[in-house]
Amino acid sequence: MSEASTATPAPTSTWHMYRAMVGVGVCCGLLIVGVFQATRPVIERNKAEALRSAIFQVLPAATASTTFRLGESGGFAPVEGDAAGGAGERLVYAGYDDDQELVGLAVEAQGMGYQDVIRLIYGYSFSDEAIIGMQVLESKETPGLGDKIETDPSFLENFERLDVSLAQDQSSLVHPIVPVRHGNKTHPWEVDGITGATISSEAIANILNQSAQHWIPRIQSNLQDFRRGE
Amino acid sequence: MAAPTKTTTDEFIKGLWKDNPVFVQVLGMCPALAVSNTARNALAMGLATAFVLVMSNMVVSSLKSFIPKEVRIATYILVIATFVTLVDYVIQAISLDLYKALGAFISLIVVNCLILGRAEAFASKNTITRSTMDGLGMGVGFAFALFSIGAVREIFGAGSLFGVSLFHDAFQDWVVMILPSGGFFTLAGWLLLFNWIKQRKANKEKAAAFALTGEAAR
Repeated sequence: MSEASTATPAPTSTWHMYRAMVGVGVCCGLLIVGVFQATRPVIERNKAEALRSAIFQVLPAATASTTFRLGESGGFAPVEGDAAGGAGERLVYAGYDDDQELVGLAVEAQGMGYQDVIRLIYGYSFSDEAIIGMQVLESKETPGLGDKIETDPSFLENFERLDVSLAQDQSSLVHPIVPVRHGNKTHPWEVDGITGATISSEAIANILNQSAQHWIPRIQSNLQDFRRGE
Repeated sequence: MAAPTKTTTDEFIKGLWKDNPVFVQVLGMCPALAVSNTARNALAMGLATAFVLVMSNMVVSSLKSFIPKEVRIATYILVIATFVTLVDYVIQAISLDLYKALGAFISLIVVNCLILGRAEAFASKNTITRSTMDGLGMGVGFAFALFSIGAVREIFGAGSLFGVSLFHDAFQDWVVMILPSGGFFTLAGWLLLFNWIKQRKANKEKAAAFALTGEAAR
């Protein structure tokens, strides 16, 4: 066996390895920052647009909306500029008609679904004391099954008038929102489930119940905060 | 005897059919099965992967003399992850709905063995032009394969293609096709078809060669 064939190649110097890794890393970092900066305004605009269209979807009578934040004192105050919303934000969106009359409020809620967190928005009509619309903003439910919570017409019918009236003491709902098996809905506070998407449809009912129990009493007791010109 | 030289067009075409990443090499199975539930999702995922493949092949090929072999895998992953992040931002900017549909799978392009495989096996040893054409061929081949699976699953599982309903209302959706098992069934069907075509072609070539040698012997 020749000497040349057994000789191992000289090891690469540490400097060359650092140069390659750091050099490529810095270039990649700059590229990511550049594209992030370039796309950020568009992404934020898309998200704000999606939220705005969702607000009008769940409050069909509204033609304008204002964002309100729940203060530490328990009252609501309008938020200046565009508020992003999202998890942890104590925001609600008041909808007004052409005569500047308050028609309802849109509230964001989220909770665990089958695959991941489901984020949704629902419209609350204080005059009907009912949820009058619901739209899923974010979900990773099983395509073709769990994602029917966004598309199934008979499931979405649940939220055309879902009773959330308050008890005498105004501190909780008279009847909690409860999920029932498909075809077994008999009361206006029940959510008729979807066959094949039981967990996802139950998750929606539970998210709504939890959020309504928290928000509806606060909204009802501070309705004057949302009325314009009063 | 000199080896037959491959043109850049050959590099492109091989990924489409002869070395198709999904149907022949059986690579990148995770997105091929997970995101191929509708034709739209499958095509979007295929195109996103194709973009990352072309760009990473191009960069790896142009930096091949600069990257020492000891750190090549880490560097390739860095390059691939960068392009995946860019795709992630761009898809969010183009359409939030599409971004919602593709979900976590965009980030998983980083660990698609097809991309690292082409960077290591081809781009690190070939010129920029050849590597780009290889990436383009493999990428288009991957997108074609995903679309083929996605279209079949959507047609049978939801009775539609690109959201357009194809059948009468009486059509009962085959829900199993939308579920993960439907992905395996469809992939198996396509693999069967590809292997059958390949085998038929090989048998024909063998028969032609046999006939030729028989004539020569006479």
